[in-house]
This record gives sequence, C-alpha cells and structure tokens, in this order.
Amino acid sequence: MHGLTFDIAHMLAGSLVLVSFLELYQDRLMALINIYAVHAVVLTLSVAWQALIQDAPHLYITALIALSFKAIVIPVALRRIIVKLGIHREIDNVVGVGLAMLAGIGLVALSMVVMLRVTAEADPLAREDLAFALSVVLLGLLMMVTRRNAVSQVIGFMSLENGLVLAATGAKGMPLVVEISVAFSVLIAFIVIGIFLFRIRERFDTVDIQALDRFRGERR
Amino acid sequence: MTIDALEAILIVPLIAAAVLAVLPGYRLTASLNVVAALATFLLSVSLFWTEPHSGDYLLVDDLNRVFIVLTTFVALTTSVFSASYIGHEIAIGRLSPRSVRFYHAMYQMLMFAMNLALTANNIGLMWVAIEVATLTTVLMVGIYRTHEALEAAWKYFILGSVGIALALFGTILVYMAARPVIGEGLNAMVWTVLVRHAAQFDAPLLNVAFVFLLLGYGTKVGLAPLHAWLPDAHAEGPTPISAVLSGLLLNVALYALLRFKMLLALNPASIAPGPLMVTMGLISCVFAAFMLYRRRDIKRMFAYSSIEHMGIIVFAFGMGGPIANFAALLHMTMHSLTKSAIFFTVGHIAQVKGTQKIADMGGLTVTNPLLGWALVVGVVAIAGLPPMGIFMSEFLVVSSTFARQPLLAILLAFGILVALGGLFLRLNTIAFGEPRGPSEPAHASYVPMFAHFAIVFAAGIYMPPGLVAGFENVARLLG
Repeated sequence: MHGLTFDIAHMLAGSLVLVSFLELYQDRLMALINIYAVHAVVLTLSVAWQALIQDAPHLYITALIALSFKAIVIPVALRRIIVKLGIHREIDNVVGVGLAMLAGIGLVALSMVVMLRVTAEADPLAREDLAFALSVVLLGLLMMVTRRNAVSQVIGFMSLENGLVLAATGAKGMPLVVEISVAFSVLIAFIVIGIFLFRIRERFDTVDIQALDRFRGERR
Repeated sequence: MTIDALEAILIVPLIAAAVLAVLPGYRLTASLNVVAALATFLLSVSLFWTEPHSGDYLLVDDLNRVFIVLTTFVALTTSVFSASYIGHEIAIGRLSPRSVRFYHAMYQMLMFAMNLALTANNIGLMWVAIEVATLTTVLMVGIYRTHEALEAAWKYFILGSVGIALALFGTILVYMAARPVIGEGLNAMVWTVLVRHAAQFDAPLLNVAFVFLLLGYGTKVGLAPLHAWLPDAHAEGPTPISAVLSGLLLNVALYALLRFKMLLALNPASIAPGPLMVTMGLISCVFAAFMLYRRRDIKRMFAYSSIEHMGIIVFAFGMGGPIANFAALLHMTMHSLTKSAIFFTVGHIAQVKGTQKIADMGGLTVTNPLLGWALVVGVVAIAGLPPMGIFMSEFLVVSSTFARQPLLAILLAFGILVALGGLFLRLNTIAFGEPRGPSEPAHASYVPMFAHFAIVFAAGIYMPPGLVAGFENVARLLG
C-alpha cells in the first residue's frame, strides 16, 4: 500500500484538514464561501483518487456530485443569497482567530490520538484517512459553535459533511447506498436551509442567530 | 413478486403521502390520513402471525415487532386527534389549506421514515431513515412560521443534523470494524450478518464507534447535555407533532441505540456500553426533573417530562439484565401512550384557552371538566403514581436497581420524586383554583386520549400473560 498512491491519498486528505483551518479564520462571508468551494474541490480530488486506487468506479459518481453540487452549485447559490440579503460585507466572529485556531489544533491532535490508537490493526491508508476525516468533522463542529451567522453555521455543517464523505470513501468497499444517501441528504439539507434562510430573512431582517434568541419560547 | 406485510407497512404510508400531497380539501385528507394510519396499524399487527421474509434490507424480529406495533398504534390515534385539532387550526386561520396539505403529506412521510428505521436490516439504511424522519419533523415544527416556530425548527435542524452526522461517523466506524471479518461490500452493513460475527470485531474501533453512536442518536433521544432542541421543537410545532415526537420519534432513535448496544454486548473485548448509558440517563432524569419547576409554557413542561422519562428508560436499558430491560420496555410503552395522550389533552386545552402559557389557564376541572380531569389523570399517570402503568414500570426500574446499585437507585428515585413535585405544582394551577381565560366548550376528540389512558390504567392493574411473555423474550434478547 505504501508508495506513491499512498502518499497522494495522504496528501489530499491532509489538504482537506488544512482547508478546514483556512475556513476557521475567514471572518468575511464572501471569503468563507470561496474557501468552502476549495474545500469541496479538494474533497473531489481525494474521492476521485480513492476511486482510482480502490478500483471502485462508483466512487467517481460521489466525486462528480461533490464537484458539481458542493463546489459549484452551493457556493454560487450562497453568494447570491448573501448579496440579496446585503450581508456580504458582514464580519462574523465570536471568538478571536487565535483562540479558534488553538482550539482547532487541539481537536486535530485529539482525533489523531484517538483514531490512530484504536485503529492500530487496520491498514495504514484507512486509519490515516479516518483520523483526517474525524479532524475535518470536529473542525466543522468547531466552526458551527464559533459563528453566529446562519450562513457560516451552514458552511460549518457542510464541511462537517465533507469529512463524513472522506471517511465513507476511505472505508474500502463501503456499500454505495451510503454514499448516495450522504450526497442526497446534503441536497435535502440544503433545500431546507435555503427555505429557512429566506423565511428567517422575511421575519427578522437579519440572519444573525443572536437576533433569534430574543424570541425564545418562554420570554414572552 | 408478492408484497408481504413487512413491505406493505412501508408502501402504504409512502403512497398515502403522495396522494395526500395532491388532494385538496381538509375533511377528505384528514380522514384519508386516518384510513392510511389504520391500514398501517392492521398490517403491523399481522406481523405477529405472518412470517415475513427478512432480506438484506428489511427484517422483522421480536425486538422490532414491539416497536413497530407501538409506533403504528400511536400514529393511528394521533391521526384521529390530528383531524379535530387541524380542523380548529383552520377555523381560526392559523393554518392555510395549502399548509394542511403539506402537513398531511409530511405526516405520512414521517410514518414511512419511522417504519423504515424500525424494520431496516442495514445500518446504513437505518441511518438514512432516521435522517428523513428528522427532516420531515423539522419541516412540520416550522409550519406555523412564527418567530418562535422558526427558531425552534432552526435549532432542531442544526442540532439534529449534528447528531445525525456523528451517528453516521459511528456507522462508518462499525463498518470499518466489521470489514476485516466479514469482507467488503453490502454484507458488512447487514445487521443479521453483523450480529453473527460481532465477537470477532476489532474491539477498540467498536468502542469509539459506540461513543459516536451514543452521542449521535442520543441527541435524537433527547439525552441531557444534547437535549436543547427538544423543548422548543415540542412547544412550537403543531400539537399532534409534539405527541408523535415524544411518543414515537424518541423511541425510534432509542431503538437504533439499542441495536448497537446489542452488537457491543456480543463482543467480549469491547467496553460495556451500560455505564455510559446509565450516566447519561441519570443526568437527563435529574436535570429534567429540576427544569420542570421553572416552566411557564404547558407544552415545554411536558417536553421536559419527556426528557426525564427517556432518561429513566436509557438508564434502565443501561443497567441491563432481564428485569431492568423488561422494566425499560414496559416504561417505554407506557410513556409513549401516556405522553401522547397528555399532548392530545394539552392540544385541546391550548385551543380552548387560546394560549400555551400556564399563567393564563386555570380551573379547568370546573370550566371544561372532561379536559381538566383528563389532564389530571394524565399527570397522575406520568408522575408515576399507582394504579397507572408507569408506576409499575418505574417501581420495577427502581427496585431492580436497588438490588444491584443502591446508590444509583436513590439518585433515580430522587429525580422521579422531584419531577412529581414539579408536575403537581403546575397541575394545581391549571386544573384547579380560580378559572382563568376563555372557557367555551371544546370540540375535542376524546376517543384517542381515553383509549390511551384506559390501556395505561389496565396495564397498571393487569398485564396479559402473553404480553408479559413477549416482553420477557425481548428483554432476554437485549442481554
């Protein structure tokens, strides 16, 4: 398994983690959406490479979905939404960049320690893939908690899903059912989110989640 | 190719959802909704004597039969309640005919997703089904489009998705653990195959997988640190959905958790899943019991009571052993029936009073005797007082724990007593005392709630031996 194929797979999965870090310190929404598109492109490359080395042609479909849907359609749509809502210049940051990066480093270290230790017997490619995937998932979660803006939270959620796709494709021979369902659920999730964003806009004139807090059920 | 009952309980709601999405007219669609739910229920009962063929994707065994029949029964009674509830909502203009059409289609979609999750023989398919169930309920919670409803739906969606994502990661890890033993491909995700080979799986990987599954599906069960979505979603959505959420969807997520717990139990080298579940269950129970005291919204109050009871159930399943498992199964059944009946009552009460605020309702036993006393009966039942069924199950949980871990039993009993105090404090204001708020007679459907209360009451006094034997059998399966 070692050799060039392994190195490239390793590099691509590692790049995904790096791009997740890039997302973490973008405080402008436009820039964040652009980085998310890069995230999706790196995911596409990684999935396509897995398809090649595992000789699993169905993974190309997953790669294609990642490229067309996540790297093109969603970023374009999100850009339109934020321009329409007039929040494309908005700055969104709850904790400082330094603190977020430190927390991110901690999470990556955690996932390395956990995954590399428990998968000692699995083949090296799969275990490193899983460790990277868990890092991406945790960084996505971190982004969801450090942002206030609904759009950034959605992007955090989508990069989390990218981590899941990375894990699913790294697990050799995982049935197709799951990959399609992941892509499919992203689609549904996006429709739901889209509807919500528009309705939230209608009602609150802002997509800032903090504004929503005022309407807590019990403070009437 | 013939369709057996197992496939039919999936196909009927799916067709019904498609038909209800296009049919106009509230009266017709509401009764069609009931008819579809009735058909699904009858089909699910027939699972007991027909032996449907279990394949790579679907299965029926003793464990999920209990869940399926309970789910389809409560779905049936809720559809009856929903018909009168939605009628009132249209009359006061809270729902437009278009959103009612959407509501009915989503209701059947949810039934489909829950039945699929319960019958899935493939852990990937089960995950997909729970995801679909989450999305449909998100849409229904937001159906009123008020500030509160949107916030609740958004919160539910984000937290639910994160939970679902963690559960998928856990599912992938289970596949990774199974692959070296079973081989690549579909078989390594088929439940019946997994169970056969579970003993040889890589234990550390399985442990990590279970932690993710517990956090992921635990979010959907509403366990304490992950429960934040639950009260909002219950309070702001239409009341039939609160009843289905509390009575059924929490159980479905719990069922998924139990399946994986069985997998771990079969692997001698893996950690015992029990202590993790016991801890989370206990925290949920005690935490929710205290939260009951500060509630001002009647539906939120009963949502917290659901967290408390799910905590007790997860606690009991975590303790394990035939008696605790039996008690947990019984408690789950009783809680589903009682809590959905309470939500039926609360739904009508909120419609009569025109508000969900506890401060604006009072003296219900005088102004609307039937609803008022139904609520009293419901709270007596849910608080775990004799002679209702929940008393039986709570007594079994606490007493079986006393024999093994007295300290835990004391904590649990403490939680239950605190909850009892909180519930009765509020009940006193709502049901007795000075009448407050409007009090015109309600156009309520009393049959579903009294049917549930009758079953819960009967179970508290006499359990048919057949039912006991069935539950004992399932309790043994769970180990």
